[in-house]
Amino acid sequence: MTGHALLEVVDVHKRFGTVEVLKGISLTVERGEVVAVLGPSGSGKSTLLRCINHLETIEAGRILFDGRMVGYREINGRLRPESDRRTARVRREIGMVFQRFNLFPHLTALGNVTEAPVHVLGLSRAEARERGTRLLVRVGLGERLDAYPSELSGGQQQRVAIARALAMQPKLMLFDEATSALDPELVGEVLAVMRDLAAEGMTMVVVTHELEFARDAARRIAFIDDGVVVEEGAPAEFFAAPRTERARTFLARLLARG
Amino acid sequence: MLLAGTLDWGVIGNNLFSDLVLRGVRLTIVLTVLSMSIGAVLGTAFALLRGSRFSALRAASIGYIWLFRGTPLLVQIVFWYFALPQLWPGWAPWNGQLSSFQAGLVALSVNQGAYMTEIMRAGLLSVDPGQAEAARSLGMTAPLTMRRIVLPQAMRVVIPPVGNEFIAMLKNSSLVSVISVSELFLVAKLQYSSTLRYLEWLIIVSIWYLALTTLASVGQAWLEQRFSRGRGRGERSAGIGERMARALGRLGRREIGA
Repeated sequence: MTGHALLEVVDVHKRFGTVEVLKGISLTVERGEVVAVLGPSGSGKSTLLRCINHLETIEAGRILFDGRMVGYREINGRLRPESDRRTARVRREIGMVFQRFNLFPHLTALGNVTEAPVHVLGLSRAEARERGTRLLVRVGLGERLDAYPSELSGGQQQRVAIARALAMQPKLMLFDEATSALDPELVGEVLAVMRDLAAEGMTMVVVTHELEFARDAARRIAFIDDGVVVEEGAPAEFFAAPRTERARTFLARLLARG
Repeated sequence: MLLAGTLDWGVIGNNLFSDLVLRGVRLTIVLTVLSMSIGAVLGTAFALLRGSRFSALRAASIGYIWLFRGTPLLVQIVFWYFALPQLWPGWAPWNGQLSSFQAGLVALSVNQGAYMTEIMRAGLLSVDPGQAEAARSLGMTAPLTMRRIVLPQAMRVVIPPVGNEFIAMLKNSSLVSVISVSELFLVAKLQYSSTLRYLEWLIIVSIWYLALTTLASVGQAWLEQRFSRGRGRGERSAGIGERMARALGRLGRREIGA
């Protein structure tokens, strides 16, 4: 096996204007691991996820995916932006699922899933359709291959979005509050797909407010507050006996609400 | 009786489909299609420059619109044909002089490009930034994202105003008659100047302009339908053009059936 973790986030700083959102955050994710990222809103969870595949630039620190730096290259000890083409190459191997789905509205469900395999990986249309159909069947949408996103429910759209990311056969999946925009009765079907994925050994970083999912499906919890990882540990420990005051307050508030 | 005496229907009937008039019609169509196409390319390019990281490129885009939208088209036409050679003899890469057709085409295209820049900019801005993020997260490069995901969605917003511009261009192309490009209007002008049959010739050109603009709005409706794939019916407009297209479709079927 290779000696390095699949994902290493090391001392990353990120600011929007004068507001520092990430204040030297570090996180390591091993192959096959599912890490649930919890924390109050505005704590930097989503920003961390977006930095991991370079949808956001960073000011300091480094992000290593499978041993390669994401978005930057080091020249004489200084970070320089990496070319669009090379960054795109790294992103192929990192799937991302967004809170608001971001399906392509002008393409059918199958079109959404085959677009990148055909135009990025260079698969033939037949291969891509075969792969896409298989994935849509797997997320329970084998009957809706030709439906446009506007004809699907939120839960169905998010399942298409997961299939779309999986079609690139990524080594890592990022979930950015994937169930937060869904009606309560549709949350379950998306979480079920995510649980299956976790059970099959996919490496996942999941930003979520679903404590139950975090407890059952994650191997590790990373609790973020104010731009740093405040506490990390196994779900059982974290939920039963959080070590930090901030984690205790956060859990108490969430449980009181739920 | 007086009215009947002043209008000679025979002049109209004899000339509506004469070779002379048809040549003018053809040139009007060629000028319109070519200048709209070149204008669309210019407009897309300057709209993209407007979003550039480099302030000089953004300024170039703003300056282009300011200059060519802010001065009369008629002035620009005369400028390209008469004034530019005076300023810079032999400027054109081939014979050093543009033919009147070429100068007219350049004037119409560059002018149209300024309007198209604003239309394309609005179209690009109308696409949710999440679309580009989803595409980038699948490993698409910036140009591929633009071509496959953003532009097709911008088209939906862009087609109605471009249809407007196309119709305006059919008529505005008559302005190049001042540098003696023998398009539809100049043909008529030369005829009524020598025969003094003003009314008859104006009716002839008006019939042709109406026919061409009607055809253009049917084409627009067809394009709108094509690019609204995946959108709910409620978002689609059923303008006069679309209704006409449907009516013509019914008419066509009936004729085939009969």
